[in-house]
Amino acid sequence: MKRLAFILVLCLGLLLAWAVQDFPVWGDPQAPASSSPLSSHFIANTGVDTEVPNMVTAVLADYRGFDTMFETVVVFIAGVAVFSILRGGPRRRTRDREFVVDFEPDLIVTNTVRLIIPVIQIFALYVLAHGHVSPGGGFQGGVAMGASFILIALAWDLKSALRRFPVERCFAVAALGIVIYGGIGLLSMLLGGEFLDYAHLSAVLPVSPEMARYHAMLGVEIGVGFTVTAVMFALYASLSTDGRMRDGL
Amino acid sequence: MGLELFNTLILGLLVVVAILTLWVRDLVVSAAVFAIYSFLMCLLWAEMGAVDVAFTEATVGAGVSTVILIATVFNLKRRAKD
Repeated sequence: MKRLAFILVLCLGLLLAWAVQDFPVWGDPQAPASSSPLSSHFIANTGVDTEVPNMVTAVLADYRGFDTMFETVVVFIAGVAVFSILRGGPRRRTRDREFVVDFEPDLIVTNTVRLIIPVIQIFALYVLAHGHVSPGGGFQGGVAMGASFILIALAWDLKSALRRFPVERCFAVAALGIVIYGGIGLLSMLLGGEFLDYAHLSAVLPVSPEMARYHAMLGVEIGVGFTVTAVMFALYASLSTDGRMRDGL
Repeated sequence: MGLELFNTLILGLLVVVAILTLWVRDLVVSAAVFAIYSFLMCLLWAEMGAVDVAFTEATVGAGVSTVILIATVFNLKRRAKD
């Protein structure tokens, strides 16, 4: 059985390697992705339409805003699903676990973490706020922020991390992120545009329609950042404790 | 020339690391090797100029997902059976 599976996997691998030959050469200007009118439209118009230097963020948060909004919803649903499945599942006995984590927080580790957590969090905020000028954005900044809370759980214990960021609050913050994103979309709808058509926000912001899109992108990135931060930490807390929220890794 | 060498090295290492991830029995080691895989992918994205993707790969792939995998392994038996 195992040998049969190996042969099948090998055949599939060879098939994929053979199919790679049909790919265009890297950086080929005649490649379908480069020659499509959509690419040249984005390259020519992003700076004019939105004044955002980072084209990737403009495409993600503005042109394809609907897609990114539901990506955020998927992250939220994944967090809720892991939490509810693990919490509702049958209890595993402690002696089934190979490791019982029982130690005092280490002096060197905790003091190092004390030093680097502010740096991580400020960097996360910078990545989030600077996402439309340089590489980065809500997802990356949110993950870095969530990682700082996971680091608290690793250096001390999960209880100290949950004291700072309880699981109930995690899901409230995650939902708030989606509300911020959808709220900006609905606001632009109320002001006469379509859903997520940020240019109409210039009616309430003291800026031009182009700069309104620029600032609305920052707004939706903040929403994404909230959701991702909270879900990353909730995922870690659920998975490391088997859903019990105590004595985890 | 230098770039080609760099790419070949990374792609070769990727294959080695991918096989190693499946080959080792200890799941914690497997998770750590998988983080190396993500980091090599991150280098490759950065080299191809897709800096946003590289950034996501570094934070999500090499960072948080490794921690989550290891946290999960501690609730399982550490050694894989096959």
